[in-house]
Amino acid sequence: MTQFLSGLARFRRGSWEMVASILIALGVVMLMQPFILWAYTYSFIVTLTGTVMFIIVSHFPD
Amino acid sequence: MSDTPIDRVAKATPPVLARKIRGFSDRAIAWVFIAPTIFLLLAVNIFPLIWTINLSFTNFRANRPNREVDYIGLRNYERILTDGDIWLTMQATAHFLFWTIFFQVLIGFTLAWLINRKFKGNDLWTTIIVLPMMLSPAVVGNFWTFLYQPQIGLFNYGVSFFTGIDPSSFQMIGDVALAPWSIVIVDTWMWTPFVMLICLAGLRSIPDYIYEAAEIDRASKWRQFWTITVPMVLPFLMLAVLFRGIENFKMFDLVVQLTGGGPGSVTELTSINLKREAFEKWRTGYASAYAIILFVTVFGLASIYVKALNKVKER
Repeated sequence: MTQFLSGLARFRRGSWEMVASILIALGVVMLMQPFILWAYTYSFIVTLTGTVMFIIVSHFPD
Repeated sequence: MSDTPIDRVAKATPPVLARKIRGFSDRAIAWVFIAPTIFLLLAVNIFPLIWTINLSFTNFRANRPNREVDYIGLRNYERILTDGDIWLTMQATAHFLFWTIFFQVLIGFTLAWLINRKFKGNDLWTTIIVLPMMLSPAVVGNFWTFLYQPQIGLFNYGVSFFTGIDPSSFQMIGDVALAPWSIVIVDTWMWTPFVMLICLAGLRSIPDYIYEAAEIDRASKWRQFWTITVPMVLPFLMLAVLFRGIENFKMFDLVVQLTGGGPGSVTELTSINLKREAFEKWRTGYASAYAIILFVTVFGLASIYVKALNKVKER
């Protein structure tokens, strides 16, 4: 956990890719879940944020 | 004097062209070679994508090209993401995706594991199992509609044989509860061989000496399976899931042929719904926004999946 947080603070690829991946996965789950309509409404913005973030942070140093 | 292929190409180049090229740097020549590919990529992939993004902010209708087009900002996205019907198609797609991949991986891996054992007629069985994959989705959709017929369909009679239920008492395609499963069964039937082939490639790439070493260490078959077979086949399995996931996310032909999205809209997957919006209702701007939402979802999923795949391969 400490390593993850320090990776975030030092803009390391691994930690930030993890955050982006979680956002994408969360967005997809929100898009396809059958329970809450507002989660579906905000799913695209979450997925888009995650995807754009993933593209950017994959250029960060390891 | 050596006569390499490069020398022969140099000799065969017409003098006029050779004089022109001589003035080019290596970098410029490299650009000359890759320019057609880049141009094609831009024309076929990038330009339509940018154009679709542009259209998604408008109320453009392709069946009324002369009508004035207005920029309506994010209204198309807003409508799609608050539409309960589209939400239902997303759920239908999720159901289809999850269960097809689950069954295809489970059955595909089991079949590959069985086929990998040396036995008589191994090649013949592989060919027979692979047959469904070679058929056209339109043909498969058509003949499964006959198999699912409650009066004459073999599927209903098969179920009746094993369970004792009256064959005409249920309709796979006509029943709201069963129709989503009917498309899962057909897709699984058709594409399990594909997953099996990929798993088989993975299983055959495991060297025998690893199992021999495990035998010497007195590892049980169960332990060998979980500590050798599964980890070494995992990258192949993940690749199969990636291919099937992307394919099934845009599944269209098979389902249209089989159920046409019905009954009601319980089997209306996103691609079918998108086609209706774009080419039946002619709401091109709206459909473009819809396509962009699907694109971002698939792109995001594929990104994290490829990352996970690389991690597994590095192990």
